[in-house]
Amino acid sequence: MSKNSIKINDFVVRFANVNGTGSASANTMFAKSIFRMGVPMTAKNVFPSNIQGLPTWYEVRVSEKGYLGRSEAVDMVVCLNPQSLKKDIATVKPEGYFVYDSTKLLSKDLLREDINYVGIPMTEICLREYSDPRMRQLFKNMVYIGGLAALLDIDLEVVKSVIADEFKKKPKLVEPNINALQLGVDYVKSNFQYPLNIRMEKRNLVGNKIVIDGNKACGLGAIYAGATVAAWYPLTPSTSLVTAFEKFANQYRVDPETGLKKFAIVQAEDELAAIGMVIGASWNGARAFTSTSGPGISLMSEFLGLAYYAEIPTVLFDIQRTGPSTGMPTRTQQSDILSCAYASHGDTKQVLLIPSTPKECFEMTANAFDLAERLQTPVIVMLDLDLGMNDHLSDPFVWEQNRTYDRGKVLNKEELENSATFGRYLDIDNDGISYRTLPGTSPTKGSYVTRGTSKDEYARYTEESAEYVKGMEKLSRKWETAKTMTPKPEFYQPHNKSKIGIVFFGTTLFSALESMDKLAEKGISVDAMRVKGFPFAKGIEDFIDQHEQVFVIEQNRDAQFRSLLVNELEINPKKLLKVSNYDGMPITADCILTQMLPKINPEGHEIHAHNKSVNYDL
Amino acid sequence: MSYIKPPFRHPDLPTNEVGYSKKDYEGAISTLCAGCGHDSISGAIVQACYEMSIEPHLIAKFSGIGCSSKTPAYFLSNSHGFNSVHGRMPSVTTGANLANRDLIYLGVSGDGDTASIGMGQFVHAIRRNVNMTYIVMNNGCYGLTKGQDSATADFGSLSKGGSTNMFQAIDLVGLSMELGATFVARSFSGDKTQLIPLIKAAMSHQGFAFIDVISPCVTFNNNVGSTKSYDYVRDHVETLSMMDFVPDKTEILVDYAEGDSKSVELHDGSAIQLHKLASGWDPTDRNLSFDRLHQSRDKGEILTGLIYIEPNGSELHSVINTVKKPLNSLSEKDLMPSLATLELINEDHR
Ligand SMILES: Cc1ncc(C[n+]2csc(CCOP(=O)(O)OP(=O)(O)O)c2C)c(N)n1
Ligand code: SF4
Ligand SMILES: [Mg+2]
Repeated sequence: MSKNSIKINDFVVRFANVNGTGSASANTMFAKSIFRMGVPMTAKNVFPSNIQGLPTWYEVRVSEKGYLGRSEAVDMVVCLNPQSLKKDIATVKPEGYFVYDSTKLLSKDLLREDINYVGIPMTEICLREYSDPRMRQLFKNMVYIGGLAALLDIDLEVVKSVIADEFKKKPKLVEPNINALQLGVDYVKSNFQYPLNIRMEKRNLVGNKIVIDGNKACGLGAIYAGATVAAWYPLTPSTSLVTAFEKFANQYRVDPETGLKKFAIVQAEDELAAIGMVIGASWNGARAFTSTSGPGISLMSEFLGLAYYAEIPTVLFDIQRTGPSTGMPTRTQQSDILSCAYASHGDTKQVLLIPSTPKECFEMTANAFDLAERLQTPVIVMLDLDLGMNDHLSDPFVWEQNRTYDRGKVLNKEELENSATFGRYLDIDNDGISYRTLPGTSPTKGSYVTRGTSKDEYARYTEESAEYVKGMEKLSRKWETAKTMTPKPEFYQPHNKSKIGIVFFGTTLFSALESMDKLAEKGISVDAMRVKGFPFAKGIEDFIDQHEQVFVIEQNRDAQFRSLLVNELEINPKKLLKVSNYDGMPITADCILTQMLPKINPEGHEIHAHNKSVNYDL
Repeated sequence: MSYIKPPFRHPDLPTNEVGYSKKDYEGAISTLCAGCGHDSISGAIVQACYEMSIEPHLIAKFSGIGCSSKTPAYFLSNSHGFNSVHGRMPSVTTGANLANRDLIYLGVSGDGDTASIGMGQFVHAIRRNVNMTYIVMNNGCYGLTKGQDSATADFGSLSKGGSTNMFQAIDLVGLSMELGATFVARSFSGDKTQLIPLIKAAMSHQGFAFIDVISPCVTFNNNVGSTKSYDYVRDHVETLSMMDFVPDKTEILVDYAEGDSKSVELHDGSAIQLHKLASGWDPTDRNLSFDRLHQSRDKGEILTGLIYIEPNGSELHSVINTVKKPLNSLSEKDLMPSLATLELINEDHR
């Protein structure tokens, strides 16, 4: 084994499995065990668009320093997939470890001089111990988890507690799984020196944090926010958001006496119908939402224009994946920025909320419903596959005890009947937001026809240019109002200290912060800003103005967010430098550094002491 | 649901049981071509709603895009309306219905809006048995875009421009029957005696009620050779039944000759009383309805009347088991789990 220095709580393990073999839950238990040892970790599922039989990977990064971005330097590969052996061996970094099923001998040409091989005869052990073919397959996963526990010095009691929780509903399975785990432990202990130079030590670094994926957090947010109607069409990676909503709704929204449901979920015939139902339900006063990804956004565009122009609250989640077209359906990207910001033909602009963590997913979901009803317009919550489908370390969810729903300017019967005149599109408060009425409110007042055609302030069809322009100007005023309501950016320094700034959003957060530290190690200090919404709130333009060079870090080819900044804030494009990763994998700090370093203006920064930034909110 | 005293109006105007005059059900002045069949249908809707004594604000009206889809502006001006996008009226209506099951939902559409761009949504609204009335104002052409053939134009019919339609027509009545629609009817815009009771019955029906109304386009499709022209329909219509609609409050008087009439009771207690023209007609027998439909089609006749009804189907809300209270009326108290629950959920993820 390597004589390398010992690395504690700082390594990356990559599992190479075959899709559909039950490895996913074993790998999750591995990650959970790390977390329960009190050490920050991040897990990424790299899976194919396929149900069974293709290679799938699962990466766990353990980071005492709290770095939660992806890292390409893989210290250990655990390979259960003969198909991808060769490629997997190549991904181990020098001095790293390759753990494999040694039931079959590795062929000579697969041997690398610069890495360590750890062969555990998993298949053989399972053939010996179990007769049922299904058990042989499933327990193989626990055998390697046991092996890893010994190799990496993971506390066995912790692993056992995770297993007990995993099978809470099927307690009969706990013991056999623990037995399988032990088989792996025993094999390693009697055949290898353990633990390895990469290993775990218990810490107390995760506090009261939780581990959850963003889609689930949004689904729960929609429950707390009072959503009652969900319409959707299956599309990876957005599906699990609605599934989570449904699961929570069945738990918390069923009348215990009657068994009747305080929610309606409809699997629509396509995304057009899904958004149509959401618009119809919202128009009629229910909180409704749909969840989709890029291809769905394209299909929903016509309706999004209607909701913008006719001013109908609409909540929509876009879990971005790799485009164009069907692209890489199970890989991540932030490439729907422009298609969402300007979704639909004509002069349309849409409000975006961009969370980075599960906690923000939960909160921004609740805020999206308030904002959509307050502004009477679509609000698109922009996640990406990485945030939506991968488990993330996050601060726990919080909810204000007496939070009420902001239903916006909706006139009730008394208000309506006491008002002098009702005009659906009158701008009485001069903020671009008009008063609306719901069907059924009053038999004498407040009815109107909602339409996507041009109309006057009383919602009557008109082709008068002046009336049309008046309506469009009202929408512009509303856009200005929206700027005061979208979330403010987050800054990662008390005061600006450099002439160089970095700007990012969504899941780029993790690697961006890590790259700040790496730059600081090189004596380069930069200021950082994370944007959380669109239209751009106050402060964003100032930050850009205050820096000479601004790197916009994002996960798409064409630097879409940079274009949005240039376009909306009228910034000289030369000032905004693009840093991007768009290969479908989450961006890494190294990738950011490699692109930034050659472009950094040597005069632009002052050298500051290394200032660690791990204590940011999750 | 709220009931309120209607506003003051001229004492001479007759009012219905809930105190509204017919004027309260009218809309803005139509801008369609003079003689357009769609206007007659709007008139029938006004009359039906007035006669049914539904408070106008308890109806919500929907449409897509087309001359036909403009009509919600021309009837029921005291009802909220939603003129949506081309072909997507069914989804918007479905969503609205999910939000508030207590209102009456009326969708109007055109043959282009339904049988082409909106076919998917039409089919799925039927499949879900959304509790709504769906009227297609069927003129066999795209009126608003100046007369192109629609998918319901009959094979071999001549367009205004003189070209012959080379494609099979889609029969929306046969299609909706095939899909299991629980109320299927056809009528003619000019036949108010038949159309008004049909609309009333459709609006009382619990579930998806479809009425295909042949509605000639005087500007683009009233020419010789078109099977949707006034002349053609007048000559080829075959009426299955004449019917009365009897609201639940009215006593049902059985005064028809045995073998000629039939009464179908609807879910809300109202009834459809059929005076049969066709012998042995029973609109609750699906197979019989199919046979009859095919016979007429073979003869080149347009079968009208209540063709099929299943009065006891389960509409969408009962299928998905939603609470009786409209979802849009639920408040924080009904919807928001407790803070303790949130803490448990947090704990589950540690
Ligand atoms: C997405 C889209 N495509 C095309 C149109 C143009 N368009 C407007 S109405 C119409 C056809 C309407 O035909 P039909 O529904 O039969 O209504 P009619 O005018 O005959 O009553 C078309 C194609 C549109 N409004 N939207
Ligand atoms: S063009 Fe045809 S369908 Fe349109 S309004 Fe005129 S007559 Fe009616
Ligand atoms: Mg038409």
